[in-house]
Amino acid sequence: MSPTVSGLVQVGILVVALAAVYRPLGDYMARVFSATKHSKFELAIYKAVRVNPDSEQKWSTYAFGVLGFSFVSVAFLYLLQRIQAVLPFAYDRGNVPPGMAFNTAISFVTNTNWQSYVPETVMGHTVQMVGLTVQNFVSAAVGLAVAIALVRGFVRHQSDRLGNFWVDLVRGTVRILLPLAFVFAIVLIALGVTMSLKSGVDIDGQVVANAPVASQEAIKELGTNGGGILNANSAHPFENPNAWSNLLEIFLLLVIPVALTRTFGQLVGNKKQGYVLLSVMGLIWGAMLAVIWVAEANGLRPLEGKELRFGIPASALFANSTTGTSTGAVNSMHDSFTGLGGGGAMLNMLFGEMTPGGVGTGLYSILVMAIIAMFLAGLMVGRTPEYLGKKLGRREVTAAAVSILAMPTVLLIFAGIAAILPSTGSALNNSGEHGLSEILYAYASASNNNGSAFAGITVTNDWFQSTLGICMAFGRFIPIVAVLALAGSLAAQKKVPETAGTLPTTGPLFATLLAGSIVLVAALTFVPALALGPIAEALL
Amino acid sequence: MDNFVKQSLAGLRVLLVLTLITGVAYPAAVWAVSRIPGLHANAEAVDTTLVAVTREGDRYFVPRPSAATLPASGASNKGERNEDYTRKIAELRTTIAQREGVAEESVPQDAVTASASGLDPDISPEYAALQVPRVARATGLPVEKVRELVSAGTGGTFATTVNVTALNRAIDAAR
Repeated sequence: MSPTVSGLVQVGILVVALAAVYRPLGDYMARVFSATKHSKFELAIYKAVRVNPDSEQKWSTYAFGVLGFSFVSVAFLYLLQRIQAVLPFAYDRGNVPPGMAFNTAISFVTNTNWQSYVPETVMGHTVQMVGLTVQNFVSAAVGLAVAIALVRGFVRHQSDRLGNFWVDLVRGTVRILLPLAFVFAIVLIALGVTMSLKSGVDIDGQVVANAPVASQEAIKELGTNGGGILNANSAHPFENPNAWSNLLEIFLLLVIPVALTRTFGQLVGNKKQGYVLLSVMGLIWGAMLAVIWVAEANGLRPLEGKELRFGIPASALFANSTTGTSTGAVNSMHDSFTGLGGGGAMLNMLFGEMTPGGVGTGLYSILVMAIIAMFLAGLMVGRTPEYLGKKLGRREVTAAAVSILAMPTVLLIFAGIAAILPSTGSALNNSGEHGLSEILYAYASASNNNGSAFAGITVTNDWFQSTLGICMAFGRFIPIVAVLALAGSLAAQKKVPETAGTLPTTGPLFATLLAGSIVLVAALTFVPALALGPIAEALL
Repeated sequence: MDNFVKQSLAGLRVLLVLTLITGVAYPAAVWAVSRIPGLHANAEAVDTTLVAVTREGDRYFVPRPSAATLPASGASNKGERNEDYTRKIAELRTTIAQREGVAEESVPQDAVTASASGLDPDISPEYAALQVPRVARATGLPVEKVRELVSAGTGGTFATTVNVTALNRAIDAAR
């Protein structure tokens, strides 16, 4: 089988598998978040934490719930790392230094999973399991909750309630993520992924680090987290031993964001509304896959930073899927990609992580972009725009604009300053255009909560640890608060009846408008910066 | 502000309960399942052939270059236009050509480029074939026998590769 044919076969298997679970998983998630009954297990949890699961919250309380939960999560994760030396399974790895612990805490709580540390020498198994694995679950569940709250904003009329954050968080965790992660962790073990509480294993006279990989691997992909329990991430044979585990991991990181479009269609009572979002996501994902694949297949030394068992097509497929979702796991090193291939991975993030984006974050991001698209269309015809039966007035469009603009603002300001700081020179692993790409990629990854890297850059100085931490926090929480405010103001509205003047949002016209908006917003914001980095490198 | 404090306290309680479920019970359950004998898993990676490390001596097949600092994994992260690294690759190509007694043009790309993990267990069939005469000479095994071992170690689902770790252990066993 030629590499091209084998690559196409793998893409085919992936698409068929996603299509097969699209309906059942999407419908199941819709039922999870609209069910009125609580399971006994959940009732026990609500009792233990003293939360009334049947009281619904206003958007502001919902937002305080997200912020408060994330705040205590950062504090808890920071503390856990700072006292690592006294925890079991630490293997003399010591306490994590303050800057690194701060950065890592924000990174995992924001679902970014950017890693400024080498796990094998810094993180013991207790911090990995009790700290990082937990955030792999709950940060994904927070994204789900916010997406569902926004959908409720469209579905509800003249209501000031968006649901209960704690119920959405617990249901997302115990009904969706936990059972799926458990099943697929076992499948991964059967495929050869390791699961060890020892620090390492002797291989022909040399010690190679080992870890409780499988449990974290499953949720790392499923929750679009991406933080490897081993430094090489999904390129490490213990995390990703063969072509089948590789395909499964790509499937896992795509499956929830993709199926959520079905959930959305179900909840708004028109499945076509979900299909149109899926078609836009699929179109851009497919186009970017072609760019990265062709670029890598024509590289000067394409096998640098890639594993032979995957080869070029499966590496391109993983790279495209991990940057198109906000996962950031890697099975090949993007820093060694071609100018065009690495630039493609970067552009996937700069689209704002909605093709198909992260768990929950992808859905709410593309819905925000849909509002922007309808606003632009409204400007063209001089009519107040509507979407899903809600008027998009000043409040709604302002909230959408704040949500969209947060990421480029922090990204460009901090990347710009980093590029002129003298201390940055020694942090880079490559010079010239590619060096600038390393900086840009780092801030793009942090601000979009992706977590992948042009990993040659050394980000352990205080500047990078603190500013990348700020980018992750702002890139996560400004859009979340804006989205919840948007949801609140949508829910308060009456339903606008459809008229002959309503632009249908289920057809190719809307899909084109939405895809065009995604590409245009990213292009208008980032072409100047990209021109100096990956574009210049690709044209060399 | 009161609301934020109130929600944070609720958040702390929820976090602790979810930590017990997803951070203690879940990994413990997965670990327990990994011990089930029928799973055909090697959760501890004892004597695994999933990773390769360089073994000293001409009698072994050489895996791909590694940028890892064991016990950690790692890559070079060098861009394809990095001139220093291009020079390094050219030098490595010369070294390998001399070691195997072949022309530089016949040294395949996987022999000179660092893998993503630094532990890539595989080499290309071309690179394995290149190393057969040297290994045969150093081990005293007939070339035919070494070729046989190489083809026994050749496989892969979507890409055809040779597992160096399994191959080198087979060489040890054959001597």
